[in-house]
Amino acid sequence: MTEKKKTQLNLLFSVIALLICAGILYYVNHYTKPTYMLRTVLQLGAIYALVAVSMNLLNGFTGLFSLGQAGFMAVGAYTFAIFTIPAQSRPGVYYLYGVADWLANLQLPIWAGLVLAGLVAAILAALIGAPVLRLKSDYFAIATLGFAEIVRIIAGSSPMNRVTNGSLGLKMIPKFPNFYFPFIVVGICILIVCLLIRSSYGRSFKAIREDEIAAEAMGINLATHKQLSFIISSFFAGVGGALMGMYLGAITSTTFNITLTYNILLIVVIGGMGSVTGSILSAFLVIAGREWWLRFLDMETYIGAFQVPLLKNGFRMVVFSVILMLVVLFFRRGIMGMREFNWNFMLKRLEKKKTGGEGLE
Amino acid sequence: MSNILEIQNLVVSYGGIEAVKGIDMSVPAGEIVTLIGANGAGKSTTLKSISGLVKPKYASILYKGKEIVGSSPDHIVAQGITLVPEGRRVFPNLTVMENLRIGAYLRKDALKEDLEYVFSLFPRLKEREWQMAGTLSGGEQQMLAVGRALMSRPKVIMMDEPSLGLAPLVVKDIFNIIQTINQQGITVLLIEQNANMALKIAHKAYVIETGTITMEGTGAELLANEEIKQAYLGKTK
Repeated sequence: MTEKKKTQLNLLFSVIALLICAGILYYVNHYTKPTYMLRTVLQLGAIYALVAVSMNLLNGFTGLFSLGQAGFMAVGAYTFAIFTIPAQSRPGVYYLYGVADWLANLQLPIWAGLVLAGLVAAILAALIGAPVLRLKSDYFAIATLGFAEIVRIIAGSSPMNRVTNGSLGLKMIPKFPNFYFPFIVVGICILIVCLLIRSSYGRSFKAIREDEIAAEAMGINLATHKQLSFIISSFFAGVGGALMGMYLGAITSTTFNITLTYNILLIVVIGGMGSVTGSILSAFLVIAGREWWLRFLDMETYIGAFQVPLLKNGFRMVVFSVILMLVVLFFRRGIMGMREFNWNFMLKRLEKKKTGGEGLE
Repeated sequence: MSNILEIQNLVVSYGGIEAVKGIDMSVPAGEIVTLIGANGAGKSTTLKSISGLVKPKYASILYKGKEIVGSSPDHIVAQGITLVPEGRRVFPNLTVMENLRIGAYLRKDALKEDLEYVFSLFPRLKEREWQMAGTLSGGEQQMLAVGRALMSRPKVIMMDEPSLGLAPLVVKDIFNIIQTINQQGITVLLIEQNANMALKIAHKAYVIETGTITMEGTGAELLANEEIKQAYLGKTK
């Protein structure tokens, strides 16, 4: 097959796959009950996919091990909530402390709120990036982790009562206007990240990950590029946080604790550091596993009079942790490693199977 | 011929210990200049200072008559000085093609011609275009490192021990390539422990010992020098 034909086939398959995905979404939207688990899994999975891809841009592609993702999500979610909660419901939301005067009648449309959520997260990243990005590996991870905790604590602190509603958190956050909304937003965001990764910027991010000194010797300005990657990653984490706020409808500062970052890290590692498709795939798998397939582990189960041992509340997370350890031990590079999903690869396997079968006859 | 690089009183210290103690060098345009010396003599440090990767304590480095000390590495690469770092340092998990494209990172114009030029110098790289650089042999990685540096269209290419860890036959290939590159008008500043090979192709050579230049001359002169023979070429009287 020629290269041109290959790319054409690739494109064709991708379009078909996208149509199938759209079909599944349409089916789930129209023919399933609103309480059906698959709806939750798909929506939450999409949100986690976006956040995982944004973390992967920084951790997997640029090689900067950040643990600040929950912090930037918190910034995004709070920004979105503060600016989009309907003006008439504000007194109800801020019933205890009252709302700051400048906020009382402010209400942005949802799309503006999403963009703003990303921008505020990005600006914060730019501010803390300058000092923090000087640190290397573990130290950078610790600094970003500290930042995430600071954001969370400030958001829940009493001086912020009239803006973030302190420890009570915010509710009445606009919900998704329709079922497809999160998928469209996440799709657009991930597409932008993919385009970025394929550009010369993406290549220079990878060069920094591979070898900082060689990258610098090739004329790549390390500080600028690390900063850029950090800002873009935080932007999409902010948008992801806003989507999370929309999905939940109510947020408090504890929504964005350190466990959230670890969950995202888990998705990134299982999917493969340095693979966008891996992150997306593993986001849906992990969410489906955690919220749906492994639920039975949390329920006390009886077979006749015999109570199945171990199955009780909390056991799910134990199994989950064991799975994580197994992945790290035996599939260290995750589902996709550093590769991206590619139809050519699938086609080759199919062809091999075919010829293998013929050989047997 | 005028000097494309003029280094005066270069002093570099790492945490109080002076690695380079005030060296003066000049690199004439279009020539091959080599700097030979033992381990730890300060060769790599000199190159790193020129490319901006290491900040010298004092120095004046004139490139085409303009001071470049204090410029960031990307500015220096953009002006036409590229370093092929020691130990090749290709990007192992990127393809050969991606490695080459990163070499041309600072250029916004079309790369087709340059890619063809690099592939004409190293046909082996063309065959391995889509292979991960980490899976190449040592010699191929060195070729890739040189090719990658050429992608920035340098006026001066600096090579830090290109023969390190390579089989003698491969070393010969690499040195042939260095001469080819030089014949096409690119000035080469070469650091080598393999003094014999380096002196044979060099127009001008410097000997560096514990941070100071102890001898200079044409390649042929140094090759014939008794002291050099003893110290670096392994010949006894």
